[in-house]
Amino acid sequence: MLQLRPAIVLTALFVVFFGILFPVFMTGVAQAFPSQAHGSLIKKDGKVIGSALIGQNFTRPEYFHPRPSAAGSGYDANNSGGTNLGPISDKLINGIHKKTADGKDDPSNFDGYRDLAKAYRIENGLALDADVPADAVTRSASGLDPHISPANALIQASRVAKARHLTVGQLKVLIEKNTDSRFLGMFGEPAVNVLKLNLALDNGAQ
Amino acid sequence: MVLGLIQILIFFALVIVVTKPLGLYMKRVFEGDRTLLSPVLRPVENLWYKLLGINAEEDQPWTKYAVGMLMFSGVSMLFTYAALRLQAFVPAILNPQKYGADQIPSHLAFNTSASFTTNTNWQSYSPEATLTYASNMIALAIHNWASAAVGMAVAISLVRGFARRKASGIGNFWVDVTRGTLYVLLPISVVFGTIMIAAGVPQNFDAPTVIKTLEGATQTIAMGPVASQEVIKMLGTNGGGFFNANSSHPFENPSNFTNLVQLFLIFAIPAGLTYTFGKMVGSVKQGWSVFAAMSILFLAGAVVSLSAEQAGTPQLAAAHISTASSDTQPGGNMEGKETRFGIGASTLFATVTTDASCGAVNSMHDSFTPIGGLVPIFNMLTGEVIFGGVGAGLYGVLMFAVIAVFIAGQMVGRTPEYLGKKIERFEVQMAMLATLVLAACVLFFTAMSANTFYSNTSKEQAQALVESGAKAADLGLATRNQMSASVSLDPKTQKADIDKLPASSRWNLWPATAYGNSTDTYYGSTRNNVNNGGAHGFGEILYAYTSAAGNNGSAFAGLTANTPHYNLTLGISMLVGRFMMIIPLLAMAGSLAKKKFSPASAGTFPTDDATFTLLLVGTIIIVNVLTYFPALSLGPIVEHLQMQQMKTQ
Repeated sequence: MLQLRPAIVLTALFVVFFGILFPVFMTGVAQAFPSQAHGSLIKKDGKVIGSALIGQNFTRPEYFHPRPSAAGSGYDANNSGGTNLGPISDKLINGIHKKTADGKDDPSNFDGYRDLAKAYRIENGLALDADVPADAVTRSASGLDPHISPANALIQASRVAKARHLTVGQLKVLIEKNTDSRFLGMFGEPAVNVLKLNLALDNGAQ
Repeated sequence: MVLGLIQILIFFALVIVVTKPLGLYMKRVFEGDRTLLSPVLRPVENLWYKLLGINAEEDQPWTKYAVGMLMFSGVSMLFTYAALRLQAFVPAILNPQKYGADQIPSHLAFNTSASFTTNTNWQSYSPEATLTYASNMIALAIHNWASAAVGMAVAISLVRGFARRKASGIGNFWVDVTRGTLYVLLPISVVFGTIMIAAGVPQNFDAPTVIKTLEGATQTIAMGPVASQEVIKMLGTNGGGFFNANSSHPFENPSNFTNLVQLFLIFAIPAGLTYTFGKMVGSVKQGWSVFAAMSILFLAGAVVSLSAEQAGTPQLAAAHISTASSDTQPGGNMEGKETRFGIGASTLFATVTTDASCGAVNSMHDSFTPIGGLVPIFNMLTGEVIFGGVGAGLYGVLMFAVIAVFIAGQMVGRTPEYLGKKIERFEVQMAMLATLVLAACVLFFTAMSANTFYSNTSKEQAQALVESGAKAADLGLATRNQMSASVSLDPKTQKADIDKLPASSRWNLWPATAYGNSTDTYYGSTRNNVNNGGAHGFGEILYAYTSAAGNNGSAFAGLTANTPHYNLTLGISMLVGRFMMIIPLLAMAGSLAKKKFSPASAGTFPTDDATFTLLLVGTIIIVNVLTYFPALSLGPIVEHLQMQQMKTQ
């Protein structure tokens, strides 16, 4: 009635079959897809410079910039996550801007989306009340979002074109080339892979 | 918005297509018939029975079935607890980050082992900063398989209760679990695991990869055997992620193709089981009428969530942030959502994951608009019977079907019948017991944690607070006056002696020994563990206990849950939510199986038509969700009104 033996043995069987054999078997299967299995890493001049799937931070004007990130101190790929701030959170909207007693920025300071929108407009030479794409000023769920929206990329294109002495038309071609379209034309949203786009800029369009 | 609706419909069409073939297959599996895979799996199955030392022909009465279920859950939970605490002692290749017991204290190990055993997969911790590869694989992922198989077994045994006549047994627990695992979970996982790897989900034992980015910064990219855990996490409606960001992490869910695969895997088995049920009780129409009730609730939730998130908030509009979607941008409320998923694929995922007891997330529910965030809570409060968890959805909805026919019987003054079985006092008592225990659990713990009296802040945090002084009142430690009256700063070091705080401000719900380390007294109040103020903060607490008791596992993740108070109370909620549901239902199954079949007469309330479907939907909403209406009013509903008035908190 107590059925202790089957309970113990079944636990052991699950450990062996599904805790060990299954992941090992799937790792064997994964050898058929070496790039994907190891995180879709991309190389430049023989050196790994990132993963095609994982966003990384860009701040220089000659690069396209990713979305703001809440992963660690920004694009920390060992510490994924979002802000988890609610829709009417004052911190999310207006941010926190405090000074410590000795005049330094308080470590708890945080840019709200109004701050981010203002910075985005200034950086890209937009009017102060111009509409900005939602993805440009909100933080993603993972904090590692590799993409920005095409609208966001197009706005940034004029800044990048200026910094690289290219035409916006040339950049539009590159943006299009590095856009992942909707799956079957229906699922999800078209999205521009920032790292691949910037890499393409570095590799060819100098 | 239009594309969002199309996504919902196409996805749902896929689910409808798979329901019949998968349902038929599962019926054959659980009745022990030959299937396509029998030549390969039969010998393995027989070997398992031999090792288990059971007689596969034995038909167990419900009591023995329940004991087997409890013993297996108990033993495997103890194993996981021990394996987590001892995670330092595994080969280095499985522990590249050198994690040990410090990362997983006893209260967290309890919470986590309860969480995975009960198919909840609530994660109080950040996996990539806490767990070794071995812990993910051996301690946790085994429950992704086991808890799903247990869920299916319980559902099938309840169906047998309806299908059998004057029978003393409801099946054999060990046989049901073995068959569900080997014939259903394993083959689907191998196929879709391979597909996921090909589509970009990593599967390796590499240490975190350190790279230099294009701008020259250092980035450490967490790695691991992700795909093998990812596939069963979705198929078993478990939801426990390999990474903190769960299915929003580009490694867990790299594209809209994998996203569709994940959505499909969540609903596949629960949908199929409705057909299995219809087939086993001899009328597939019975299965489809349950399926229809689930569909109504699913579609309603998906559409409400989509439109709320696409509309965004007036605060976003006022800041001149585009909320209109176009071919070049998603618009809407993109906080906590990924660009590739946009609004449509995020809200669909949020709906599906909380309809089923999955709990994986591809967007952060905490940042949803109030109504968008209400949908997941509502879905979980239905008892997760909108397709629901693997097995758990079917046994949950059958419990409501029993209540529905009982209510119909009360209206016309007849003894209610369902599927040819008279529904009598015992059955209704068992169904109501499960419903009420869950409600009591969610509401009691939510009220308790939203209260100021339960302390939960660490000593260091409390010390900092006393020293800064200003925030003491906010934290509910005590009023400022009391604090300064009892503790004064050392004039030299400017440090406070925290131990001089009045006893009332460090009163602790749990005796220090309950979490092992007597120096870990916790200060401050549990309600301060929220990441947001006001109604949304209350929503975080309500969401947590709803998710735990419903065995969902998703979260308004801003809640700092990794403290003794939350780990213990959430762990208890999960155990109550799982076993106080399963045991009454197994008792019901046993009682039903013993009954004779009463053929339908002119006065029998038909349960395979649209009237019954609507009655079932109404029962689910009235019996369950209305129980929580006052709590919901204090959370998302108030927050929605505040949002409309442009208030912030």
